[in-house]
Amino acid sequence: MSQPIVSVNHAVKTFVVNKGLGGKKYVHAVNDVSFDIMPGETFSLVGESGCGKSTTGRLINHLIVPDSGEVYYNGQDISKLSEKQMRPLRAEIQMIFQDPYGSLNPRIKIQDQIGEPLLLHTDMDPAARLKRVHELLRLVGLGPSHGERYPHEFSGGQLQRVGIARAISVNPKIIIADEPVSALDVSIQAQVLNLMKKLQEQMNLTYLFISHDLSVVEMISDRIAVMYLGSIVEIADKRDLYAMPVHPYTQALLSAVPIPDPTVHKERILLEGDIPSPVNPPSGCLFHTRCAHCTELCKQQVPPMKDFGGGHQVKCHYAEKFSGKSAEKTL
Amino acid sequence: MAERLLDVTGLTTTFRTGKKTSVTAVNNVTFSLDRGEILGLVGESGCGKSVTSLSIMGLFEDTAGKVASGSIVFDGEDLTKLTTKQMRSIRGKRISMIFQNPMSSLNSCMRVEAQLIEAIRLHNDVSKSEARQRASKMLSAVGIPDPEQTLRSYPHQLSGGMSQRVMIAMALCCEPEMMIADEPTTALDVTIQAQILELMKDIRSRNNTSILLITHDLGVVAEMCSRALVMYAGRIVEEASVEELFASPIHPYTVGLIASVPKLGSGVTSLPSIPGSVPDLSAMPQGCKFAPRCKYAQAVCRQTEPELAPVPGGNGRKCRCHLFGKEEGKEAQA
Amino acid sequence: MSEETAKVLDQEPLYADAEALPTAQNRVKAFIKKFSKRKAALVSLVFLVALIVVAVISPYIVPYDPAAPDYSHMLEGPTAQHILGTDEFGRDVLSRVMVGARLSLFCALSAVVVGTFLGTVLGLLAGYYGGILESLIMRGSDVLFAFPDILLAIAIVAIIGPGTVNVIIAVAVFTVPSFARIMRSATIQVKGSLYVEVARSLGCPDRRILWTHIFPGTIQSMIVNFTMRIGTAILAAASLSFLGYGADVTVPEWGSMLSTARNYMTTAPHLVYVPGVLIFLTVLAFNLLGDGLRDTLDPKLK
Repeated sequence: MSQPIVSVNHAVKTFVVNKGLGGKKYVHAVNDVSFDIMPGETFSLVGESGCGKSTTGRLINHLIVPDSGEVYYNGQDISKLSEKQMRPLRAEIQMIFQDPYGSLNPRIKIQDQIGEPLLLHTDMDPAARLKRVHELLRLVGLGPSHGERYPHEFSGGQLQRVGIARAISVNPKIIIADEPVSALDVSIQAQVLNLMKKLQEQMNLTYLFISHDLSVVEMISDRIAVMYLGSIVEIADKRDLYAMPVHPYTQALLSAVPIPDPTVHKERILLEGDIPSPVNPPSGCLFHTRCAHCTELCKQQVPPMKDFGGGHQVKCHYAEKFSGKSAEKTL
Repeated sequence: MAERLLDVTGLTTTFRTGKKTSVTAVNNVTFSLDRGEILGLVGESGCGKSVTSLSIMGLFEDTAGKVASGSIVFDGEDLTKLTTKQMRSIRGKRISMIFQNPMSSLNSCMRVEAQLIEAIRLHNDVSKSEARQRASKMLSAVGIPDPEQTLRSYPHQLSGGMSQRVMIAMALCCEPEMMIADEPTTALDVTIQAQILELMKDIRSRNNTSILLITHDLGVVAEMCSRALVMYAGRIVEEASVEELFASPIHPYTVGLIASVPKLGSGVTSLPSIPGSVPDLSAMPQGCKFAPRCKYAQAVCRQTEPELAPVPGGNGRKCRCHLFGKEEGKEAQA
Repeated sequence: MSEETAKVLDQEPLYADAEALPTAQNRVKAFIKKFSKRKAALVSLVFLVALIVVAVISPYIVPYDPAAPDYSHMLEGPTAQHILGTDEFGRDVLSRVMVGARLSLFCALSAVVVGTFLGTVLGLLAGYYGGILESLIMRGSDVLFAFPDILLAIAIVAIIGPGTVNVIIAVAVFTVPSFARIMRSATIQVKGSLYVEVARSLGCPDRRILWTHIFPGTIQSMIVNFTMRIGTAILAAASLSFLGYGADVTVPEWGSMLSTARNYMTTAPHLVYVPGVLIFLTVLAFNLLGDGLRDTLDPKLK
């Protein structure tokens, strides 16, 4: 088995909010998260708002560092690196952001923004850079003349393609795509997803795909991790996850997605209540406040991550009961 | 046969962009809504679906927008001919609206109770305490577990799902005959979205309220509506029952739109997409507005704009296309 | 060309809009169009440009030598020969205010340029790095802010002595803190934007992030504040001259003209009015221009 390109090991990240009279409050954004990403695969993090998926993406990118735990990139622990030591590695780890307008500097020409990683990480001369930028523009379906323009002259879908062009300019190994299509209209969404797929095949890219949209995730991913309140509740192969979700949260999440087909009538699991605040996460299993199968054990003890073989991991006390299988090991 | 509640005919809404220039955001939109029906209005951003709803509500005072022509007949009365004052007595009482962003639709400086009481007393001659009781009842009706606690809260103390429930309670407090829901669940998480959609269905079956559901999410339409209108560039391009629309879409835009949405559990790994992007309102192509992105487009499509015509044999179904949906187009589609 | 890209390039273009360009917009043109709608700012700009042109070429166009006394026409009101009258030595007032504009504007402009430069650098550093550096810079500014502007300038001139350069230094010093404050908040605002985070994720070093990505985003607040501060600086420079801390008294300057005119206020009021009204108009014009620029540059006020 090959070595994972990215490996996150028991990462924890809390943010301080509100240094009020009652002392500091902490947001538990990422809570003991571990997973591996294999070269060439698309690994997705799904979850609802505030579940810590974006924070996890930024941990891997070293935009923030974990409070404890490690992040390995190609076997090297990058969580302890300084910003300066990290800089050369940034050519290999690129990012695509949700907001195509906000992620581009409104005062800099498109071609200079696409060429920025080239300027930073290669010793190409300006002419060679421009030539490469024109190639990249064509690659994402824009023309060289677009390069002379400023971001406000483009539509959201076009800008997202510009963002992709910038991310692939220095032939990265892994791209972290944080909700890359959430801000786009459906017909444009498909354009961007298809482009990402195509580039992955041709450039042998690895993706960490972060999204709240389970339908989009199903289309693009190989393996999926479901997050809830800063913690991963289930990791599985795409097929396993959609065919037989084990964790009660995954089941509810999948059943909540409206299907664009009026002939399909599925049994919906309606969750009670809201997502608890990450400032005051529940004790025991984080999901117990909304879980229909909750018992005393769930309220008191944090469930262990159980491995059911084939990479299917579930963080639930009663995972054996729901899956009908016995766990191979407990992590 | 259900009773007709709303009849929109030839609605055209324009926005002033300069001293003499204006753009047409909604062009010749015609549709109707029965009592107790949930009608979907689907389209991508900028297609004019929200402007259509604002036109019905007459919410264009002091803005650049104006209903240029057409009629909006609500229960026998043409809303475009009413005075501002008459309109005010209909808005909120007989037609109410829910917006996309519940957080910013509530006044952040007022307690929920004050806002609900105000909404109730605006249209009903009741005392403050009666209004408060009614507000409390409304909140439990929309599934808020602790109405008293919620009444005393400020909007920022509520979660997104809770604020949307409060908004719905506010929209319902005068028992309107019609509710316009403009992307009511777009800002919410899926599990919360499921709760709100369930609530809206429930309201409809309890009060026989008509709902005009405006959304870009085809999944929501398939789940909620009986009939749907597809809008593109300010025009309705297709009207059909939801079953027919998803089973056999006719207009190439609808076909492309439905195909480009990944369907959960379908196992697809690539999606057909519609090339290009939506035309700018100020630079609309001549002829069919979808022609530049349509793979079937022919000379006639680029020159003259097709009418929204009934589809032969399709029980109230309409389509705006030169090539498809008509008898002579049948072969072309096959 | 890398191999991977070459492979992909062999394929047909993905999208129909490969060459379909959105409508081009010239930013400068758009700016001019928007700015020209603000009539007050436009008039101010014309006035200031005219004033600067006159100041620059004044030695060549003055009707009389501004230093030459004419004892036969002392303290005369406006006449056909001397449109704005003469002063206590019979010198032509028009010539003197024209030449005086040079020193007044030069003092104010150079003081604000120096102040802007220092204030901008300090503000950017404070806003970007935060921490102790920020505390030092901002508390320093607070201390300077605690003094009334003109008192601070007088104190500085009192310490380092009068003279053109010293007046410039004094005015520059009290310009710095207001700039540092404004630039710091502008920097913090831009620093929080997504594209700055993107720049970090691409591996930009701090210096590049600060100067290429953040600084251009703060320029508009800088320009606006710059024009506004010139008005204050003209007043301050004139006040210092008026109080006798200014440059060489023989060189005409609006403030010192006003100061000497004080003695003849009852007999020759025009001596007070001419430089007084000019100072007033110039400061007003700079403020109106600043307002106009702020409204034009602010993307939120479309």
